[in-house]
Amino acid sequence: MTEPADLVVVGAGPAGMAAAATALAGGLRVALLDSGTALGGQYWRHPPEHARAAVPTDDLHHGLDRYRALCRALAAHRTAGRLDLRLEHHAWSAVREGDGFAVHAADRREAPRETAVVLRAPRLLVATGAYDRQLPFPGWDLPGVLTAGGMQALLKGGSVAAGSRVALGGTGPFLLPVAAGLAARGVEVVAVCEAAHPRAWLRHPGPLLSNPDKWAEGAGYAATLVRHRVPVRPRTAIVAAEGGERVTSVRIASLAPDGSPRPGTERRVEVDAVGVGWGFAPQLDLLVPLGASLTDSADGNAVVAVDRGQRTTVPGLYAAGETCGVGGAALAVNEGRLAAASVLADARATTVPMNRRLAALRSAVDRQRAFARAMALAHPVPPAWSSWLTDETVVCRCEEVTAGAIRTARADGAPDHRQIKQLTRAGMGWCQGRMCGPAVHCLTTRHRAYEPAERLVATPVTLGALADLDEDPPVSTASPVSAASPVPATSTEPTDSSETDKECP
Amino acid sequence: MNEIVVDGEPLPYTEGQTVAAALVAAGRVAWRTTRVGHRPRGVFCGIGVCFDCLVTVDGARGQRACLVPARPGMTVTTLEGDDD
Repeated sequence: MTEPADLVVVGAGPAGMAAAATALAGGLRVALLDSGTALGGQYWRHPPEHARAAVPTDDLHHGLDRYRALCRALAAHRTAGRLDLRLEHHAWSAVREGDGFAVHAADRREAPRETAVVLRAPRLLVATGAYDRQLPFPGWDLPGVLTAGGMQALLKGGSVAAGSRVALGGTGPFLLPVAAGLAARGVEVVAVCEAAHPRAWLRHPGPLLSNPDKWAEGAGYAATLVRHRVPVRPRTAIVAAEGGERVTSVRIASLAPDGSPRPGTERRVEVDAVGVGWGFAPQLDLLVPLGASLTDSADGNAVVAVDRGQRTTVPGLYAAGETCGVGGAALAVNEGRLAAASVLADARATTVPMNRRLAALRSAVDRQRAFARAMALAHPVPPAWSSWLTDETVVCRCEEVTAGAIRTARADGAPDHRQIKQLTRAGMGWCQGRMCGPAVHCLTTRHRAYEPAERLVATPVTLGALADLDEDPPVSTASPVSAASPVPATSTEPTDSSETDKECP
Repeated sequence: MNEIVVDGEPLPYTEGQTVAAALVAAGRVAWRTTRVGHRPRGVFCGIGVCFDCLVTVDGARGQRACLVPARPGMTVTTLEGDDD
Protein backbone atom coordinates (compact mmCIF):
# COMPACT_ATOMS: atom_id res chain seq x y z
CA MET A 1 0.00 0.00 0.00
CA THR A 2 1.55 3.30 -1.04
CA GLU A 3 -1.22 5.75 -0.16
CA PRO A 4 -1.53 7.00 3.42
CA ALA A 5 -3.75 5.07 5.77
CA ASP A 6 -7.02 6.51 7.07
CA LEU A 7 -6.72 4.44 10.22
CA VAL A 8 -3.92 2.72 12.13
CA VAL A 9 -4.99 -0.30 14.19
CA VAL A 10 -2.52 -1.54 16.81
CA GLY A 11 -3.10 -5.15 17.74
CA ALA A 12 -4.27 -7.93 15.40
CA GLY A 13 -6.16 -10.04 17.91
CA PRO A 14 -9.93 -10.54 17.79
CA ALA A 15 -10.72 -6.83 18.36
CA GLY A 16 -8.11 -5.44 15.98
CA MET A 17 -8.86 -7.94 13.21
CA ALA A 18 -12.59 -7.24 13.40
CA ALA A 19 -12.03 -3.48 13.54
CA ALA A 20 -9.69 -3.53 10.54
CA ALA A 21 -12.05 -5.74 8.52
CA THR A 22 -15.03 -3.47 9.23
CA ALA A 23 -13.12 -0.27 8.46
CA LEU A 24 -11.80 -1.79 5.22
CA ALA A 25 -15.27 -2.93 4.22
CA GLY A 26 -16.41 0.64 4.77
CA GLY A 27 -13.86 1.91 2.26
CA LEU A 28 -11.04 3.08 4.51
CA ARG A 29 -7.36 2.35 4.03
CA VAL A 30 -5.98 0.63 7.10
CA ALA A 31 -2.55 -0.06 8.55
CA LEU A 32 -2.72 -2.99 10.98
CA LEU A 33 0.28 -3.88 13.09
CA ASP A 34 1.00 -6.60 15.62
CA SER A 35 4.06 -7.93 17.40
CA GLY A 36 3.13 -11.55 16.62
CA THR A 37 4.23 -13.66 13.67
CA ALA A 38 0.62 -14.36 12.67
CA LEU A 39 -2.81 -12.77 12.83
CA GLY A 40 -4.89 -13.72 15.86
CA GLY A 41 -3.36 -12.14 18.97
CA GLN A 42 -3.14 -14.32 22.05
CA TYR A 43 -6.63 -15.80 21.77
CA TRP A 44 -6.18 -17.06 18.23
CA ARG A 45 -2.43 -17.44 18.58
CA HIS A 46 -1.06 -19.48 15.70
CA PRO A 47 2.33 -20.47 14.36
CA PRO A 48 3.39 -18.38 11.35
CA GLU A 49 1.57 -19.24 8.11
CA HIS A 50 4.44 -21.21 6.60
CA ALA A 51 4.69 -23.46 9.67
CA ARG A 52 1.07 -24.45 10.17
CA ALA A 53 1.53 -27.88 8.66
CA ALA A 54 4.57 -28.61 10.84
CA VAL A 55 2.92 -27.35 14.03
CA PRO A 56 -0.75 -28.31 13.99
CA THR A 57 -2.66 -26.43 16.71
CA ASP A 58 -6.14 -25.94 15.24
CA ASP A 59 -7.66 -28.39 17.71
CA LEU A 60 -6.68 -26.09 20.59
CA HIS A 61 -8.81 -23.23 19.33
CA HIS A 62 -12.33 -21.99 19.81
CA GLY A 63 -14.23 -19.98 17.21
CA LEU A 64 -11.85 -20.76 14.36
CA ASP A 65 -14.56 -20.19 11.74
CA ARG A 66 -14.71 -16.55 12.74
CA TYR A 67 -10.92 -16.29 12.75
CA ARG A 68 -10.68 -17.76 9.26
CA ALA A 69 -13.41 -15.48 7.95
CA LEU A 70 -11.57 -12.44 9.31
CA CYS A 71 -8.28 -13.71 7.85
CA ARG A 72 -9.92 -14.13 4.44
CA ALA A 73 -11.43 -10.65 4.56
CA LEU A 74 -8.12 -9.08 5.54
CA ALA A 75 -6.24 -11.06 2.88
CA ALA A 76 -8.62 -9.81 0.18
CA HIS A 77 -8.16 -6.18 1.21
CA ARG A 78 -4.41 -6.68 1.38
CA THR A 79 -4.39 -8.03 -2.17
CA ALA A 80 -6.46 -5.04 -3.23
CA GLY A 81 -3.82 -2.75 -1.74
CA ARG A 82 -6.05 -1.26 0.93
CA LEU A 83 -4.55 -3.05 3.95
CA ASP A 84 -0.98 -2.44 5.08
CA LEU A 85 -0.41 -5.48 7.34
CA ARG A 86 2.66 -5.28 9.56
CA LEU A 87 3.32 -8.45 11.53
CA GLU A 88 6.34 -8.67 13.86
CA HIS A 89 6.09 -4.91 14.33
CA HIS A 90 6.33 -3.87 17.98
CA ALA A 91 4.60 -0.55 18.62
CA TRP A 92 6.57 1.30 21.26
CA SER A 93 4.97 4.73 21.19
CA ALA A 94 1.93 6.53 19.83
CA VAL A 95 1.89 10.32 19.76
CA ARG A 96 -0.30 13.14 18.53
CA GLU A 97 1.06 14.66 15.35
CA GLY A 98 -0.85 17.52 13.79
CA ASP A 99 -4.46 16.45 13.37
CA GLY A 100 -3.59 12.78 13.57
CA PHE A 101 -1.34 10.22 15.17
CA ALA A 102 2.09 8.78 14.60
CA VAL A 103 2.71 5.22 15.77
CA HIS A 104 6.35 4.32 16.25
CA ALA A 105 7.19 0.65 15.83
CA ALA A 106 10.21 -1.59 15.67
CA ASP A 107 10.12 -3.93 12.68
CA ARG A 108 11.59 -7.19 14.04
CA ARG A 109 10.98 -9.49 11.08
CA GLU A 110 14.74 -10.00 10.94
CA ALA A 111 15.13 -10.26 14.74
CA PRO A 112 17.37 -9.58 16.49
CA ARG A 113 17.95 -6.89 13.85
CA GLU A 114 15.53 -4.04 14.32
CA THR A 115 14.30 -1.33 11.98
CA ALA A 116 12.34 1.71 13.10
CA VAL A 117 9.03 2.38 11.33
CA VAL A 118 6.53 5.22 11.69
CA LEU A 119 2.91 4.74 10.67
CA ARG A 120 0.71 7.83 10.43
CA ALA A 121 -3.03 8.31 10.12
CA PRO A 122 -5.70 10.78 11.17
CA ARG A 123 -7.28 8.10 13.37
CA LEU A 124 -5.87 5.48 15.71
CA LEU A 125 -7.52 2.39 17.16
CA VAL A 126 -5.75 0.64 20.02
CA ALA A 127 -6.58 -3.04 20.53
CA THR A 128 -3.54 -4.18 22.48
CA GLY A 129 -5.33 -6.74 24.65
CA ALA A 130 -4.20 -7.91 28.06
CA TYR A 131 -1.77 -10.23 29.77
CA ASP A 132 -2.04 -12.60 32.73
CA ARG A 133 -2.47 -10.92 36.08
CA GLN A 134 -0.16 -12.52 38.60
CA LEU A 135 -0.08 -12.78 42.37
CA PRO A 136 3.22 -13.82 43.93
CA PHE A 137 3.50 -16.85 46.17
CA PRO A 138 6.50 -18.64 47.65
CA GLY A 139 8.40 -20.33 44.82
CA TRP A 140 6.55 -18.62 41.96
CA ASP A 141 9.87 -17.62 40.41
CA LEU A 142 11.13 -21.20 40.13
CA PRO A 143 11.73 -22.36 36.56
CA GLY A 144 8.78 -24.45 35.42
CA VAL A 145 6.27 -22.07 36.99
CA LEU A 146 4.66 -20.17 34.12
CA THR A 147 1.69 -17.93 33.64
CA ALA A 148 -1.34 -19.88 32.48
CA GLY A 149 -1.28 -17.76 29.33
CA GLY A 150 2.38 -18.54 28.80
CA MET A 151 1.61 -22.24 28.90
CA GLN A 152 -1.12 -21.75 26.35
CA ALA A 153 1.12 -19.58 24.18
CA LEU A 154 3.69 -22.38 24.04
CA LEU A 155 0.93 -24.82 23.13
CA LYS A 156 -0.90 -22.74 20.54
CA GLY A 157 2.17 -21.14 19.01
CA GLY A 158 4.54 -24.08 18.95
CA SER A 159 2.64 -27.17 20.13
CA VAL A 160 4.99 -27.41 23.11
CA ALA A 161 3.83 -28.59 26.54
CA ALA A 162 5.68 -26.91 29.40
CA GLY A 163 5.72 -30.13 31.44
CA SER A 164 4.37 -33.64 31.67
CA ARG A 165 2.73 -33.35 35.10
CA VAL A 166 1.15 -29.95 35.60
CA ALA A 167 -0.87 -28.14 38.25
CA LEU A 168 -2.89 -25.06 37.34
CA GLY A 169 -4.06 -22.40 39.76
CA GLY A 170 -5.61 -18.98 40.10
CA THR A 171 -9.10 -17.92 39.21
CA GLY A 172 -11.34 -17.49 36.20
CA PRO A 173 -12.70 -19.53 33.30
CA PHE A 174 -9.42 -19.17 31.39
CA LEU A 175 -7.87 -21.96 33.47
CA LEU A 176 -10.27 -24.43 31.78
CA PRO A 177 -9.11 -24.10 28.15
CA VAL A 178 -5.50 -24.19 29.32
CA ALA A 179 -6.17 -27.41 31.22
CA ALA A 180 -8.10 -28.86 28.28
CA GLY A 181 -5.33 -27.95 25.84
CA LEU A 182 -2.64 -29.51 27.99
CA ALA A 183 -4.72 -32.66 28.49
CA ALA A 184 -5.31 -32.88 24.74
CA ARG A 185 -1.51 -32.92 24.27
CA GLY A 186 -1.09 -35.84 26.66
CA VAL A 187 -0.10 -33.81 29.72
CA GLU A 188 -1.21 -35.15 33.09
CA VAL A 189 -3.02 -32.21 34.65
CA VAL A 190 -3.00 -33.18 38.32
CA ALA A 191 -5.21 -30.34 39.57
CA VAL A 192 -6.96 -27.18 38.48
CA CYS A 193 -7.08 -25.05 41.63
CA GLU A 194 -9.85 -22.46 41.28
CA ALA A 195 -9.85 -19.99 44.15
CA ALA A 196 -13.49 -19.02 43.63
CA HIS A 197 -16.55 -21.22 43.94
CA PRO A 198 -18.93 -21.78 41.00
CA ARG A 199 -21.81 -20.89 43.32
CA ALA A 200 -20.71 -17.26 43.02
CA TRP A 201 -22.11 -17.27 39.47
CA LEU A 202 -25.60 -17.91 40.78
CA ARG A 203 -25.69 -14.38 42.13
CA HIS A 204 -25.74 -13.16 38.52
CA PRO A 205 -28.58 -15.08 36.86
CA GLY A 206 -29.29 -12.42 34.22
CA PRO A 207 -25.91 -12.46 32.46
CA LEU A 208 -25.82 -16.24 32.82
CA LEU A 209 -29.12 -16.75 31.01
CA SER A 210 -28.43 -14.20 28.29
CA ASN A 211 -25.05 -15.64 27.24
CA PRO A 212 -25.74 -19.30 26.45
CA ASP A 213 -22.78 -19.46 24.05
CA LYS A 214 -20.42 -18.89 26.98
CA TRP A 215 -21.90 -21.86 28.76
CA ALA A 216 -21.67 -24.01 25.69
CA GLU A 217 -17.97 -23.15 25.47
CA GLY A 218 -17.47 -23.91 29.15
CA ALA A 219 -19.33 -27.20 28.84
CA GLY A 220 -17.02 -28.21 26.00
CA TYR A 221 -13.95 -27.68 28.16
CA ALA A 222 -15.60 -29.44 31.10
CA ALA A 223 -16.31 -32.48 28.91
CA THR A 224 -12.67 -32.59 27.83
CA LEU A 225 -11.53 -32.37 31.44
CA VAL A 226 -13.87 -35.15 32.53
CA ARG A 227 -12.68 -37.32 29.63
CA HIS A 228 -9.07 -36.84 30.71
CA ARG A 229 -9.94 -37.18 34.41
CA VAL A 230 -8.63 -33.72 35.24
CA PRO A 231 -9.80 -32.73 38.73
CA VAL A 232 -11.10 -29.15 39.07
CA ARG A 233 -10.95 -28.11 42.73
CA PRO A 234 -13.12 -25.14 43.69
CA ARG A 235 -11.99 -22.79 46.43
CA THR A 236 -8.44 -24.11 46.47
CA ALA A 237 -5.15 -22.46 45.62
CA ILE A 238 -1.54 -23.25 44.91
CA VAL A 239 -0.03 -21.49 47.93
CA ALA A 240 3.61 -22.47 47.32
CA ALA A 241 5.88 -24.02 44.71
CA GLU A 242 8.94 -25.97 45.76
CA GLY A 243 12.10 -27.17 44.13
CA GLY A 244 15.74 -26.33 43.53
CA GLU A 245 16.78 -25.63 39.95
CA ARG A 246 13.17 -26.12 38.86
CA VAL A 247 9.77 -26.72 40.38
CA THR A 248 9.24 -30.26 41.64
CA SER A 249 6.11 -29.91 43.78
CA VAL A 250 3.37 -27.52 44.81
CA ARG A 251 1.46 -27.04 48.03
CA ILE A 252 -2.28 -26.89 47.55
CA ALA A 253 -4.68 -25.65 50.23
CA SER A 254 -8.42 -25.26 50.61
CA LEU A 255 -9.43 -21.64 51.00
CA ALA A 256 -11.77 -19.90 53.38
CA PRO A 257 -14.15 -17.46 51.64
CA ASP A 258 -11.66 -14.61 52.13
CA GLY A 259 -8.92 -16.58 50.41
CA SER A 260 -6.89 -17.54 53.45
CA PRO A 261 -5.74 -21.18 53.55
CA ARG A 262 -7.79 -23.39 55.86
CA PRO A 263 -5.47 -24.76 58.53
CA GLY A 264 -4.70 -28.43 58.13
CA THR A 265 -5.85 -28.70 54.51
CA GLU A 266 -2.47 -28.19 52.87
CA ARG A 267 -1.05 -31.04 50.83
CA ARG A 268 1.94 -31.48 48.57
CA VAL A 269 1.60 -32.63 44.98
CA GLU A 270 4.53 -33.56 42.75
CA VAL A 271 4.65 -31.73 39.41
CA ASP A 272 7.19 -30.69 36.82
CA ALA A 273 5.40 -27.52 35.72
CA VAL A 274 2.85 -25.08 37.12
CA GLY A 275 0.55 -22.58 35.40
CA VAL A 276 -0.98 -19.67 37.29
CA GLY A 277 -3.26 -16.78 36.40
CA TRP A 278 -5.56 -14.43 38.28
CA GLY A 279 -7.48 -12.93 35.43
CA PHE A 280 -5.82 -10.39 33.18
CA ALA A 281 -4.32 -6.90 33.25
CA PRO A 282 -5.20 -4.68 30.27
CA GLN A 283 -2.29 -3.45 28.15
CA LEU A 284 -2.78 0.33 28.36
CA ASP A 285 0.75 1.47 27.53
CA LEU A 286 -0.14 3.31 24.30
CA LEU A 287 -3.34 4.83 25.68
CA VAL A 288 -2.17 6.37 28.95
CA PRO A 289 0.52 8.67 27.49
CA LEU A 290 -1.98 9.91 24.87
CA GLY A 291 -4.10 11.20 27.74
CA ALA A 292 -7.06 8.84 27.39
CA SER A 293 -9.15 8.86 30.55
CA LEU A 294 -9.39 5.64 32.53
CA THR A 295 -12.28 4.17 34.45
CA ASP A 296 -12.68 1.45 37.06
CA SER A 297 -13.55 -2.06 35.98
CA ALA A 298 -15.26 -4.61 38.21
CA ASP A 299 -12.15 -6.80 38.26
CA GLY A 300 -9.90 -4.33 40.09
CA ASN A 301 -8.26 -2.93 36.96
CA ALA A 302 -8.43 0.56 35.58
CA VAL A 303 -9.42 0.32 31.92
CA VAL A 304 -9.69 2.90 29.17
CA ALA A 305 -12.96 4.84 29.25
CA VAL A 306 -14.94 4.64 26.01
CA ASP A 307 -18.35 5.89 24.92
CA ARG A 308 -21.07 3.75 23.34
CA GLY A 309 -19.11 3.82 20.10
CA GLN A 310 -15.72 2.83 21.57
CA ARG A 311 -14.39 6.40 21.35
CA THR A 312 -11.88 7.30 24.05
CA THR A 313 -11.82 10.79 25.56
CA VAL A 314 -9.09 11.75 23.05
CA PRO A 315 -10.55 12.89 19.70
CA GLY A 316 -9.63 10.45 16.93
CA LEU A 317 -8.51 7.74 19.36
CA TYR A 318 -10.57 4.57 19.67
CA ALA A 319 -10.14 1.41 21.73
CA ALA A 320 -11.60 -2.08 21.57
CA GLY A 321 -11.15 -5.40 23.33
CA GLU A 322 -9.52 -6.04 26.68
CA THR A 323 -8.11 -2.49 27.00
CA CYS A 324 -11.74 -1.48 27.65
CA GLY A 325 -12.21 -4.22 30.25
CA VAL A 326 -11.43 -7.91 30.14
CA GLY A 327 -14.36 -9.73 28.55
CA GLY A 328 -13.17 -12.34 26.08
CA ALA A 329 -12.85 -12.73 22.33
CA ALA A 330 -16.51 -12.60 21.30
CA LEU A 331 -16.94 -9.25 23.05
CA ALA A 332 -13.64 -8.02 21.61
CA VAL A 333 -14.80 -8.81 18.06
CA ASN A 334 -18.03 -6.89 18.57
CA GLU A 335 -16.24 -3.94 20.16
CA GLY A 336 -13.81 -3.90 17.25
CA ARG A 337 -16.70 -3.73 14.79
CA LEU A 338 -18.40 -1.02 16.82
CA ALA A 339 -15.20 1.02 17.03
CA ALA A 340 -14.71 0.77 13.28
CA ALA A 341 -18.32 1.85 12.71
CA SER A 342 -17.54 4.96 14.77
CA VAL A 343 -14.35 5.58 12.81
CA LEU A 344 -16.35 5.38 9.57
CA ALA A 345 -19.01 7.73 10.89
CA ASP A 346 -16.47 10.22 12.24
CA ALA A 347 -14.30 10.07 9.12
CA ARG A 348 -17.23 11.07 6.97
CA ALA A 349 -18.14 13.82 9.42
CA THR A 350 -21.77 12.95 9.06
CA THR A 351 -24.21 11.54 11.50
CA VAL A 352 -24.74 7.92 10.62
CA PRO A 353 -28.25 6.90 11.56
CA MET A 354 -28.47 4.05 14.02
CA ASN A 355 -29.29 1.14 11.75
CA ARG A 356 -30.45 -2.28 12.76
CA ARG A 357 -26.99 -3.80 12.45
CA LEU A 358 -25.39 -1.18 14.68
CA ALA A 359 -28.18 -1.55 17.23
CA ALA A 360 -27.65 -5.32 17.28
CA LEU A 361 -23.91 -4.83 17.80
CA ARG A 362 -24.46 -2.49 20.72
CA SER A 363 -26.97 -4.83 22.24
CA ALA A 364 -24.50 -7.73 21.95
CA VAL A 365 -21.74 -5.64 23.51
CA ASP A 366 -24.03 -4.68 26.41
CA ARG A 367 -24.99 -8.31 26.97
CA GLN A 368 -21.38 -9.53 26.81
CA ARG A 369 -20.16 -6.70 29.05
CA ALA A 370 -22.72 -7.77 31.65
CA PHE A 371 -21.31 -11.28 31.46
CA ALA A 372 -17.77 -9.96 31.83
CA ARG A 373 -18.83 -8.03 34.92
CA ALA A 374 -20.44 -11.14 36.40
CA MET A 375 -17.25 -13.07 35.64
CA ALA A 376 -15.15 -10.45 37.40
CA LEU A 377 -17.39 -10.52 40.46
CA ALA A 378 -17.53 -14.33 40.55
CA HIS A 379 -13.74 -14.68 40.23
CA PRO A 380 -12.21 -11.96 42.40
CA VAL A 381 -8.65 -11.79 43.61
CA PRO A 382 -9.09 -13.31 47.10
CA PRO A 383 -8.77 -10.52 49.68
CA ALA A 384 -6.49 -12.57 51.95
CA TRP A 385 -4.13 -13.85 49.23
CA SER A 386 -1.21 -12.05 50.85
CA SER A 387 -1.40 -14.48 53.77
CA TRP A 388 0.40 -16.97 51.46
CA LEU A 389 3.46 -14.74 51.32
CA THR A 390 6.49 -15.04 53.53
CA ASP A 391 8.83 -12.11 54.06
CA GLU A 392 11.31 -13.85 51.73
CA THR A 393 8.83 -14.29 48.85
CA VAL A 394 10.02 -12.40 45.77
CA VAL A 395 7.28 -10.04 44.59
CA CYS A 396 9.14 -8.07 41.89
CA ARG A 397 10.83 -10.73 39.77
CA CYS A 398 13.10 -8.32 37.88
CA GLU A 399 14.56 -6.43 40.83
CA GLU A 400 14.08 -9.32 43.28
CA VAL A 401 12.22 -7.21 45.81
CA THR A 402 10.68 -9.30 48.59
CA ALA A 403 7.31 -9.13 50.29
CA GLY A 404 9.17 -8.22 53.48
CA ALA A 405 10.74 -5.17 51.82
CA ILE A 406 7.35 -4.07 50.52
CA ARG A 407 5.70 -4.53 53.90
CA THR A 408 8.45 -2.43 55.48
CA ALA A 409 7.99 0.32 52.91
CA ARG A 410 4.27 0.26 53.48
CA ALA A 411 4.79 0.45 57.24
CA ASP A 412 7.00 3.46 56.59
CA GLY A 413 4.02 5.16 54.98
CA ALA A 414 4.22 4.38 51.25
CA PRO A 415 0.60 4.81 50.10
CA ASP A 416 0.65 3.13 46.69
CA HIS A 417 2.65 1.08 44.19
CA ARG A 418 4.38 4.15 42.79
CA GLN A 419 5.81 5.14 46.16
CA ILE A 420 6.73 1.52 46.87
CA LYS A 421 8.64 1.57 43.61
CA GLN A 422 10.61 4.62 44.64
CA LEU A 423 11.47 3.11 48.01
CA THR A 424 12.18 -0.51 47.03
CA ARG A 425 12.76 -0.62 43.22
CA ALA A 426 9.73 -2.95 42.84
CA GLY A 427 8.58 -2.35 39.27
CA MET A 428 11.78 -0.62 38.21
CA GLY A 429 13.33 -3.48 36.25
CA TRP A 430 12.99 -4.86 32.76
CA CYS A 431 9.25 -5.52 32.79
CA GLN A 432 8.60 -2.06 34.26
CA GLY A 433 6.14 -3.37 36.81
CA ARG A 434 3.93 -5.23 34.39
CA MET A 435 4.27 -8.45 36.41
CA CYS A 436 4.39 -7.10 39.99
CA GLY A 437 2.35 -3.90 39.58
CA PRO A 438 -1.12 -5.34 40.32
CA ALA A 439 0.24 -7.33 43.28
CA VAL A 440 2.14 -4.40 44.80
CA HIS A 441 -0.98 -2.32 44.32
CA CYS A 442 -3.07 -4.93 46.17
CA LEU A 443 -0.49 -5.02 48.97
CA THR A 444 -0.79 -1.28 49.48
CA THR A 445 -4.08 0.09 48.18
CA ARG A 446 -7.06 -2.15 47.87
CA HIS A 447 -9.79 0.43 47.75
CA ARG A 448 -9.26 1.61 44.20
CA ALA A 449 -8.59 0.07 40.81
CA TYR A 450 -5.03 -0.63 39.69
CA GLU A 451 -3.71 1.97 37.28
CA PRO A 452 -0.44 1.06 35.60
CA ALA A 453 2.40 3.55 35.72
CA GLU A 454 2.73 5.78 32.66
CA ARG A 455 5.38 4.22 30.45
CA LEU A 456 6.55 6.37 27.57
CA VAL A 457 8.15 3.38 25.86
CA ALA A 458 5.71 0.49 25.54
CA THR A 459 8.27 -2.12 24.53
CA PRO A 460 12.08 -2.05 24.28
CA VAL A 461 13.53 -0.31 21.28
CA THR A 462 17.17 -0.01 20.38
CA LEU A 463 18.92 3.26 21.15
CA GLY A 464 20.18 3.26 17.57
CA ALA A 465 16.64 3.18 16.21
CA LEU A 466 15.68 6.01 18.56
CA ALA A 467 18.66 8.07 17.40
CA ASP A 468 17.76 7.54 13.75
CA LEU A 469 14.29 8.90 14.36
CA ASP A 470 15.75 12.32 15.15
CA GLU A 471 16.76 12.69 11.53
CA ASP A 472 13.39 13.97 10.31
CA PRO A 473 11.78 10.86 8.89
CA PRO A 474 10.02 11.54 5.59
CA VAL A 475 6.29 12.07 5.91
CA SER A 476 4.62 9.02 4.49
CA THR A 477 2.44 6.28 5.76
CA ALA A 478 5.42 4.14 6.62
CA SER A 479 8.94 5.38 7.02
CA PRO A 480 11.58 2.72 7.40
CA VAL A 481 14.61 4.01 9.20
CA SER A 482 17.95 2.30 8.92
CA ALA A 483 18.71 -0.65 11.14
CA ALA A 484 20.30 -0.05 14.47
CA SER A 485 22.66 -2.08 16.56
CA PRO A 486 20.72 -3.78 19.31
CA VAL A 487 21.26 -2.86 22.92
CA PRO A 488 20.07 -4.76 25.97
CA ALA A 489 16.45 -4.50 26.90
CA THR A 490 17.44 -2.30 29.81
CA SER A 491 17.26 0.54 27.37
CA THR A 492 13.67 0.90 28.58
CA GLU A 493 14.83 1.82 32.02
CA PRO A 494 15.27 5.57 31.43
CA THR A 495 11.50 5.79 30.93
CA ASP A 496 11.20 5.04 34.55
CA SER A 497 12.50 8.40 35.62
CA SER A 498 9.72 9.95 33.61
CA GLU A 499 7.14 9.03 36.19
CA THR A 500 5.35 12.23 36.80
CA ASP A 501 4.84 14.06 40.03
CA LYS A 502 1.12 14.13 39.44
CA GLU A 503 0.96 10.43 40.27
CA CYS A 504 2.20 10.87 43.82
CA PRO A 505 0.42 13.84 45.32
CA MET B 1 15.44 -31.32 11.08
CA ASN B 2 16.16 -27.64 11.69
CA GLU B 3 18.75 -26.70 14.28
CA ILE B 4 19.80 -23.66 16.23
CA VAL B 5 23.07 -23.54 18.17
CA VAL B 6 22.64 -22.98 21.89
CA ASP B 7 25.84 -22.34 23.85
CA GLY B 8 27.75 -24.16 21.12
CA GLU B 9 25.50 -27.22 21.05
CA PRO B 10 23.02 -27.96 18.27
CA LEU B 11 19.37 -27.89 19.35
CA PRO B 12 16.65 -29.20 17.03
CA TYR B 13 13.45 -27.22 16.59
CA THR B 14 10.28 -27.41 14.55
CA GLU B 15 9.70 -24.68 11.99
CA GLY B 16 7.50 -21.98 13.50
CA GLN B 17 8.69 -22.41 17.07
CA THR B 18 10.30 -19.61 19.03
CA VAL B 19 13.69 -19.99 20.68
CA ALA B 20 11.91 -20.39 24.04
CA ALA B 21 9.59 -23.07 22.65
CA ALA B 22 12.58 -24.97 21.26
CA LEU B 23 14.36 -24.81 24.63
CA VAL B 24 11.28 -25.95 26.56
CA ALA B 25 10.60 -28.71 24.04
CA ALA B 26 14.14 -29.93 24.70
CA GLY B 27 13.38 -30.08 28.41
CA ARG B 28 15.20 -26.89 29.40
CA VAL B 29 13.19 -24.71 31.77
CA ALA B 30 16.02 -22.45 33.01
CA TRP B 31 18.78 -20.72 31.05
CA ARG B 32 19.65 -17.61 33.00
CA THR B 33 20.40 -16.57 36.58
CA THR B 34 19.30 -13.38 38.24
CA ARG B 35 21.67 -10.60 39.20
CA VAL B 36 20.98 -10.39 42.93
CA GLY B 37 19.95 -13.84 44.14
CA HIS B 38 21.48 -15.84 41.27
CA ARG B 39 18.13 -17.57 40.90
CA PRO B 40 17.58 -19.75 37.84
CA ARG B 41 15.09 -18.37 35.33
CA GLY B 42 13.53 -19.45 32.06
CA VAL B 43 10.25 -18.71 30.34
CA PHE B 44 7.46 -17.30 32.53
CA CYS B 45 4.90 -15.18 30.63
CA GLY B 46 5.65 -16.61 27.20
CA ILE B 47 4.39 -13.49 25.38
CA GLY B 48 7.14 -10.92 25.78
CA VAL B 49 5.92 -9.11 28.88
CA CYS B 50 8.09 -10.39 31.76
CA PHE B 51 11.67 -10.50 30.38
CA ASP B 52 12.54 -13.64 32.37
CA CYS B 53 13.60 -15.59 29.27
CA LEU B 54 16.38 -13.27 28.06
CA VAL B 55 19.09 -14.71 25.82
CA THR B 56 21.72 -13.44 23.41
CA VAL B 57 20.75 -14.11 19.78
CA ASP B 58 23.38 -13.85 17.04
CA GLY B 59 25.39 -11.59 19.32
CA ALA B 60 22.50 -9.29 20.23
CA ARG B 61 21.95 -9.28 23.97
CA GLY B 62 18.73 -8.87 25.91
CA GLN B 63 16.51 -10.77 23.47
CA ARG B 64 13.28 -12.31 24.72
CA ALA B 65 13.50 -15.96 23.72
CA CYS B 66 9.68 -16.22 23.67
CA LEU B 67 9.44 -13.65 20.87
CA VAL B 68 12.28 -14.61 18.54
CA PRO B 69 11.39 -17.25 15.95
CA ALA B 70 14.09 -19.92 15.66
CA ARG B 71 15.92 -19.86 12.33
CA PRO B 72 18.42 -22.34 10.89
CA GLY B 73 21.92 -21.74 12.21
CA MET B 74 20.82 -19.05 14.68
CA THR B 75 23.28 -18.85 17.57
CA VAL B 76 21.85 -18.49 21.05
CA THR B 77 23.94 -17.79 24.12
CA THR B 78 22.32 -18.07 27.50
CA LEU B 79 23.09 -15.40 30.05
CA GLU B 80 24.82 -15.76 33.37
CA GLY B 81 23.19 -12.75 34.95
CA ASP B 82 21.10 -9.66 34.31
CA ASP B 83 24.11 -7.41 34.01
CA ASP B 84 26.30 -9.44 31.66
